[in-house]
Amino acid sequence: MLGRAANGVYWMSRYLERAENTARLIDVGFHLALTRGSRQSQDEEWKSVLITTGQLESYCALHNTFTGPQVFNFLLREKSNPASVLSMVENARTNARLVRTSLTNAVWETTNEGWMCLRDLLSRPVRETSLGEVLMQIRRTGTLVRGALEGTMLRNEVFNFSRIGTFIERADSTARILDVKYYVLLPSAAWVGSSLDNVQWDTLLRSVAGNRAYSWLNAGAMDPRGIARFLILDEQFPRSLVFCYEKIGSNMAGLAKEYGREGPAHALLRDSRAKLHQTTIDTIFDAGLHEFLQEFIGKTVELSSAIAADYRFIE
Amino acid sequence: MAAESGTKFDEMLAADGSVRPAYANFRQWFDGQDTEWLRRQDAEAERFFRRIGITFNVYGEDAGEERLIPFDMIPRIITAPEWRKLTRGIEQRVSALNAFLHDLYHRQEIIRSGRLPVEALRNNEAFLSQMIGFTPPGGVYTHIVGIDLVRTGADDFMVLEDNARTPSGVSYMLENRETMMAMFPELFTRIPVRPVSDYPRRLVRSLRACAPPGWKGDKGPVVAVLTPGIYNSAYFEHAFLADQMGAELVEGSDLRVMDGRVCMRTTTGYKAIDVLYRRVDDDYLDPLTFNPNSVLGVAGIFDVYRAGGVTIANAPGTGIADDKAIYSYMPEIVEFYTGEKPILQNVPTWRCSEADSLGYVLDNLSDLVVKEVHGSGGYGMLIGPTSSKKELSDFEAKLRTKPGNYIAQPTLSLSTVPIFAREGLAPRHVDLRPFVLVSPEGVDITPGGLTRVALKKGSLVVNSSQGGGTKDTWVLDE
Repeated sequence: MLGRAANGVYWMSRYLERAENTARLIDVGFHLALTRGSRQSQDEEWKSVLITTGQLESYCALHNTFTGPQVFNFLLREKSNPASVLSMVENARTNARLVRTSLTNAVWETTNEGWMCLRDLLSRPVRETSLGEVLMQIRRTGTLVRGALEGTMLRNEVFNFSRIGTFIERADSTARILDVKYYVLLPSAAWVGSSLDNVQWDTLLRSVAGNRAYSWLNAGAMDPRGIARFLILDEQFPRSLVFCYEKIGSNMAGLAKEYGREGPAHALLRDSRAKLHQTTIDTIFDAGLHEFLQEFIGKTVELSSAIAADYRFIE
Repeated sequence: MAAESGTKFDEMLAADGSVRPAYANFRQWFDGQDTEWLRRQDAEAERFFRRIGITFNVYGEDAGEERLIPFDMIPRIITAPEWRKLTRGIEQRVSALNAFLHDLYHRQEIIRSGRLPVEALRNNEAFLSQMIGFTPPGGVYTHIVGIDLVRTGADDFMVLEDNARTPSGVSYMLENRETMMAMFPELFTRIPVRPVSDYPRRLVRSLRACAPPGWKGDKGPVVAVLTPGIYNSAYFEHAFLADQMGAELVEGSDLRVMDGRVCMRTTTGYKAIDVLYRRVDDDYLDPLTFNPNSVLGVAGIFDVYRAGGVTIANAPGTGIADDKAIYSYMPEIVEFYTGEKPILQNVPTWRCSEADSLGYVLDNLSDLVVKEVHGSGGYGMLIGPTSSKKELSDFEAKLRTKPGNYIAQPTLSLSTVPIFAREGLAPRHVDLRPFVLVSPEGVDITPGGLTRVALKKGSLVVNSSQGGGTKDTWVLDE
């Protein structure tokens, strides 16, 4: 397999995952804006969506207010925004085109169709009434492409690179969402037990599509440490940091088996996985949740670069 | 000389309105179908093409703009005897082209004999001096050829152009057939149509047979397709062929020369390529030998090539054989190398570089088609009969300034095949590009090809860049 093709498959999956995560954040922001009265707290919510996706700065270069439609149109379709959902889906599709020969027809067609559909939906400004349909289409594209990969691809290097891309992006995304909101999970005399807490916690869980799963596992009870444990250490929840790293691990093992050797990326991954397994939620809180997440995000970036170098993504 | 115009030949209907035998079965089926249902199928075909991404990029439009080449669902049908004759003619022509190229880059007997003036080579950018004295592996120059044919009568097929560099369009031949089979499967149980779907397998076999003698792959010679990248107008085809052949699709940035071989960067290191099916032009192939600004090629590949470390298909420098100035000499070329009369005729051609011809062309400009010697894709040509006075006089000025840049041909009355138009079946002009593979094992012609059709009523321009469409091309079994 060409190094350039491995790079293409990897980024195709990362972009699709990122588009989907952004859609979910918009969904939560919108939901919150509907349920919260004060204009100021609505603005705060949209601002935190922009921070989580790393786009606050580029947004503020264009706008100085934070109304919903203005923010979600920026995130979804703003031409000058290279991180908009539309350009991410476009990037995913361009990457798929680049590596067309590595993909099955089913994977290519679902990617291409998803892009065509979103391009049409996002050709005009999105209004609040049509936001739901747009967000659903973004999620659907990600879901269909994953399904096509799962159902039609050989379990070989191409599949491994695609999955590694998905789970690196997802681990990074969950960690960032948690880091932007980590303060809501910290013990605070003023907030404990208030309904505000519950809303904040619920928002956090919704941002990673984990509210139902969490309630199910905890019979509806919410506590901040339990939520943090769920998002970081739960082995069943498909967006937890541990889960993502397990998946990265099994796919990296696939590559090692296929190529008959391990590289520096494998060593890095082993360290990170060992740390995740040895820690407990209490240790994390004692040492500082924010510090833990910052380190995790840094390590994930490092791992991504090591994979790119080991497998010759670029010259 | 322009006598051909005026005659009209429709491939489905004879002059008396009866259906010709080639189309009898099809027409019977067609007349039995519900028109509304056919229209729905037609719309379905377009969605199908969009979804699988058979698109081409048009130069000069928004970057990344992808368009569909319109597909017409009425097949173009060729009978077995017609195809036999075409096959013989094409084989003869392609063999002559290869012999001609070998001669041009070696002893140039054809020039010594006086059959081809040396002026035809002088200042001709398609002639690569770097190829002089070198014989490509297997002696093959034109591994893949697309001969453009036009028909003007029942037995009159003429060669309009020999595409000997990097002919494109074969993916349309394949996808058009796939589409037809998906839309109208019952047609193929009623009518014995020869399959085209094994073209990619034939291609890879033919390419492998041309590998340099020292190839090393453990599963046979390693073949790769070199593409300029996703913004190239034929990118879909490059990816499609690589995929169907099971070959890697590489770009210049994936390749480098190592230890006298051309190698591609894989996830586990650099791996040597034996045969490179390149879809980039000569000029961009090697920045060290040709255009120094090229980022599409591989530095040093030409040295590897000359040392026998890689096969480049088609060979660099083959462009001289499909040059429009050389085209006019093709009857002499065929005869010189095969010792036989050409089976396929040339379209009569005036070389404007010759004073007498130029005079004739200027006097009859409004009846002629004038082409740039080095142009392609239908750009920069004049179609006399449909041009305005101003266009004619503008072109006359160009002709007078640089007559050597142009050739002229009569406006042929190309044969017509019906398309499925709004008003029903309506005749439109077509041409035909069969695809020919050449290897030391022989000349292999896939039964069918790409039929291009001018969708506008009366138009003679079939190029996709100028609003042409395509049809599935059927060669009937014996």
